[in-house]
Amino acid sequence: MESVLLPELQPAGRSAPGPMVPERFRVIERRQETADTWTLELEPVDREGGLRFLPGQFTMLYAFGAGEVPISISGDPRVVERLVHTVRAVGSASGAICRTAPGRMLGVRGPFGSHWPVESAAGRDAVIVAGGIGLAPLRPVVYEVLSARDRFDRALLLYGGREPEQLLYAAEFEEWRGRGLDIVTTVDIAPAGWPGRVGVVPTLIQRAAFDPAAAVAFVCGPEAMIRFSAEALIERDVAPDRVHISMERNMRCAVGHCGHCQLGPAFVCRDGPVFTFERMRSAFTLREV
Amino acid sequence: MKAMDALIAEMPAFAGLAPAQLELIAGCATNVRAAAGEHLFREDQQADVFYAIRHGSVALELHVPARDAVTIDTLHDGDLLGWSWLFPPYRWEFDGRAREDTALISFDGVCLRGKCEGDHELGHELMKRFAQVIIARLQATRLRLLDVYGVGAPA
Repeated sequence: MESVLLPELQPAGRSAPGPMVPERFRVIERRQETADTWTLELEPVDREGGLRFLPGQFTMLYAFGAGEVPISISGDPRVVERLVHTVRAVGSASGAICRTAPGRMLGVRGPFGSHWPVESAAGRDAVIVAGGIGLAPLRPVVYEVLSARDRFDRALLLYGGREPEQLLYAAEFEEWRGRGLDIVTTVDIAPAGWPGRVGVVPTLIQRAAFDPAAAVAFVCGPEAMIRFSAEALIERDVAPDRVHISMERNMRCAVGHCGHCQLGPAFVCRDGPVFTFERMRSAFTLREV
Repeated sequence: MKAMDALIAEMPAFAGLAPAQLELIAGCATNVRAAAGEHLFREDQQADVFYAIRHGSVALELHVPARDAVTIDTLHDGDLLGWSWLFPPYRWEFDGRAREDTALISFDGVCLRGKCEGDHELGHELMKRFAQVIIARLQATRLRLLDVYGVGAPA
C-alpha cells in the first residue's frame, strides 16, 4: 500500500548485523508509568543514526542474562534518534527490562512486523480504540495523526483500563486534545470522585462521535477487549476490512522461522502483529490457539 | 419546543416505535433536570419511575459499609436508566446520582405498566427494548468479570 502520510519514512530495515543478532542500545531515560509499567528511551550504540520504524512495529528487547521479549515501539516515528518502549513487568525478562537503569545496555533486534495503515485513514475518521497497555502500540498512530491532523476528519481515542491510575500517558492527554484528538476514557473500577466514565471499552463505541461509513479503526488491548470492540465497531457498520487489530503471541525469532507465534495460517511476528479483524476473526474462537 | 413524543423518538431505545405508541408513552413522561451531585433515586426506595438521559451523565452507585460509595456504572446521553419499575418488588437496587447538570425524560412506571397491560403490543415492544438494554449491560458486566487488565491477564 502506498503511504501518503509518511513519504519521508523508508520501509523499516532490519538490524544491521542480521535479524537474529541484537544490537546494543543504551537506556538514556526510564520513567514509571503505572505500578508495573515503565517507559524506556534508548539510543543506539552500534549504529549511526536512529532506528526507523512504522507505527505498530515491534522490536525484540533483550535483557542480557535474563531473556528476550517482543515489545511494540511506543514512540514518535518521526523522532528516530530515540527508541521508545513502554514495558509491563509481567515476567522475568520484562521485569529485568523494566529495571534497567539509565546508562545500562539492552539488546535490540528489529524493527519487525506489519504496521498500522494510518495512511488509509486520510480523508476519513481515525478511530483509535485502546485498552490498558494496548495504548503503547497505538501511541505512534496518535503521533502520526496529530502530525498531519488536517488530513483526517474526526480523530478519536477511546481508551479504557482497570483503574484510573493504570491509564497510560495521561499527562499527554491535554496536549493531544489541544491538537485535535477527542479522547474518551473509561475504567472498570472507579474510586469515589473519579470524573470519567465507568464501564468497558466496547460500550464507548456504541455512541462515539464518528461516521461509521468513513471510519478506519485501530484496536489494541487484551484479546477479549479487542474482540468485543471490533464486533461493536462492525455492529455500528464500520467495514470489517477497515478494523485493524494488533495481536500478541509468543514471538521468539521474530522472522517467521521458529513457528512459536503461529496463529492459524499466520505467523504473528512476520504477517502481523497488525492484521485486519476480518482476517483474524475466526482465530478469536479457536480453542487450540 | 419539541413535543414530548418527538423527544422520546430521539432516544435510541425508542427509535422506530409507531407514532401512536410514542404518544401513549409520552402521556407518562415529563422533562426533569438534576443538578450535579443530586440523587435521582436511592437504593431500596420504591422504583416507580425510569429515565432516559438527554444530556449529561448519571452514576449508578452502591453504598458499601466502611467504604465510599462504589460506582458500578456510568450512563450518558441516550442511555436508559432504570428497569426496577418493570419487575416486583419495584425497588431500586442502586443509588442514581447525577455527575453533572443532567437533563432527562422521566417516565412514570406505574402509568406505563398500566398502559402495557391494556396494550400488549406496546408492552411487547417495550419489553424487547428493555431486554436489549439489560443484555448489553449483562455482557459488559461479564467482560468486566474477566478482569482483562489485571495482574496475570494477558497483556
